[in-house]
Amino acid sequence: MRYLYFPGCTLSTKAKGFAASGEASARALGIDLVELSQWNCCGATFPLATDNLLALVAPTRILLNAQKEGNHLVALCSICYHVLKRTNRLLREETDKREKLNLFIEEEYRGEVRVFHLLELLREEIGFEELSERVQKRLQGLRVAPYYGCLLLRPFQEIGLDDPEEPRILDDLLASLGCEVVEFSHKTECCGSYLAMNSSEVTRELSYAILHSALASGAQAVVTSCPLCHFNLDYRQGEMAAHYPGFTQIPVLYFTQLLGLALGIESETFGLADHHVDPRPLLASKGLK
Amino acid sequence: MQAALDIADSGYEVVLVERLPSIGGRMAQLSETFPTLDCAQCILTPRTVEVGHHEKIKLATYSEVEEVGGHLGDFRVKVRRKPAYVDWERCTGCGLCQEKCLWQVPSDFERGIGKRKAIYALSPQAVPNKPVIDREHCVYFQKEGKCGACAKFCPVEAIDFQQKEEIWEEQVGAIVVATGYDLYPMERLSEYGGGHYPDVIDSLQFERLLSASGPTAGEIRRPSDGAVPKEVVFVQCAGSRDPERGVAYCSQICCMYTAKQALLYKHKVHHGQAYVFYIDIRAGGKGYEEFVQRAMEEGVLYLRGKVSKIFPQNGKVMVWGADTLSGKRVEIAADLVVLATAILPSQGTSDLAEKLRIKIGESGFYEEAHPQVRPIESGAPGIYLAGAGQGPKDIPEAVAQGSAAAAKVLALFASEVPP
Repeated sequence: MRYLYFPGCTLSTKAKGFAASGEASARALGIDLVELSQWNCCGATFPLATDNLLALVAPTRILLNAQKEGNHLVALCSICYHVLKRTNRLLREETDKREKLNLFIEEEYRGEVRVFHLLELLREEIGFEELSERVQKRLQGLRVAPYYGCLLLRPFQEIGLDDPEEPRILDDLLASLGCEVVEFSHKTECCGSYLAMNSSEVTRELSYAILHSALASGAQAVVTSCPLCHFNLDYRQGEMAAHYPGFTQIPVLYFTQLLGLALGIESETFGLADHHVDPRPLLASKGLK
Repeated sequence: MQAALDIADSGYEVVLVERLPSIGGRMAQLSETFPTLDCAQCILTPRTVEVGHHEKIKLATYSEVEEVGGHLGDFRVKVRRKPAYVDWERCTGCGLCQEKCLWQVPSDFERGIGKRKAIYALSPQAVPNKPVIDREHCVYFQKEGKCGACAKFCPVEAIDFQQKEEIWEEQVGAIVVATGYDLYPMERLSEYGGGHYPDVIDSLQFERLLSASGPTAGEIRRPSDGAVPKEVVFVQCAGSRDPERGVAYCSQICCMYTAKQALLYKHKVHHGQAYVFYIDIRAGGKGYEEFVQRAMEEGVLYLRGKVSKIFPQNGKVMVWGADTLSGKRVEIAADLVVLATAILPSQGTSDLAEKLRIKIGESGFYEEAHPQVRPIESGAPGIYLAGAGQGPKDIPEAVAQGSAAAAKVLALFASEVPP
């Protein structure tokens, strides 16, 4: 199966391990992720103002390029997925805005491409039962907290990936890899997102609450699909340790890293050494590396 | 029921068709009623008994309308009675079969927090007080003739495992439709964890906890561990007034019954704290506003705002919400959460509407001929509406509409030329 693939900026810079593990895992499952030949930044936010159309020119251009090369576009990053999926819906359903955007890009695009998250592709094209059978190395004894954040699921009417209040997709994926999946209350709470830029204490508090809830549920690692969540949850743990007495650090992994390990892929390119909280001792303790 | 009584009291024959084994509807499940705190069962039972004994009323319980033909003055209604596997003519209602039956299942009447036997009557005050066998859970039916304890012990040999369903036709001049309501399924409110966390319950479940004939004999004990809850959070508009995630309309009765439930909780658990989250209080009715004031004065804490999330933590149920009057976020570690879930037309409303060829409105309730000046008529001549099937309403309003429907029927019968 060949799918067009949009890596996005973060996966090409800060989260190379996310990209490498995702691409390698997909390949091992017979999904050929072909990078778009021409792409730019998606803008990284879907504008909150209803008339801010200019912010949508960038994702529209990505979708247009995708249409020239295929019918599907796969993203790994939650934010890229969010922006592309919502922009695509708007182009398909809101005629006025589509016309204006088409004037900007001086071409005709009507939202025909279907935007996927890799998780969605795994659920729909492979299926978690099938995936479970393809696992080479079951991640037995690894207790993980699946963390969804906000942008992967919301707004439901536009994204429609899973129930935004009680999502299953990441839980089911991790269970199919053999992990022990814990229930934790903060799996869809916001990590603070871009507030990291101008009020980092807010982000620290929100991210701490998430990790605290995961730890209280007995998780040994938190799993995410978003590089910004990853940054807030992983990188801030130094600050958290200084700020919250008794805080225990906990590794934060991308779902693709665990998927790759379970599929028996060599993890050298997975960027496991680049995490702030090193996940390797935990993985090694479960016989994974 | 009210319509049946009024019409029968005027000397006309009435056939009362009820899907459940006994009459009384939702009111039979309630503990006490606002704003007078009358015991629901105490004011209901005289009515149900009167209906049960009325010589002009033919009770067809455990029955459903199968088909409707004909027209005003000459309707032909096919009624299907499900097999009860009990000969109600012989049965004396002694209850021995229910005592002897070994098989327990969660009771719908108790909203799943209490049990019933495989042979059961809805409640001790049921009219008619005759049991039915739930075939799905009866060992005799499921294991080919094993058990049969009820039949062995029945002193009047009323158990009849061979009973078949019955279908017959009634000829009637007019029809009153009063099929009532259901609650919005809690499971759909996933942010509140309804149906997943045992200590998040709906308002009818709380009614059963309050009820002296309920599974806890009227003691407030939470489902998970039977502890008496020290902090209870009531969430109004759970699914109501929420066009995106629930239903767009106001369910009308929740403000009042929540005030009642919070007050009754305070009466039963003196040192307990009750919190009510509300959007705004809609207490338009005689004595209603005063009743809500009384709840506030007796220590129920009202917080104006929505609840965003409910989740279990260390044996408590954490409630996150907003208090928009102080502009603050609120977090309450509660022992029990009661959701005032939205009112929906009862299951089967649209099917019945199709059989009767009457209209269903946008929100799924029967549509009246005119919302202002013909609120009782269905739009089809000779078919009238009563109760919550036409829209959410409280007991006095439902009773009034029942009487109004009866008046319409009697006027019709009194007129020589059809209107």
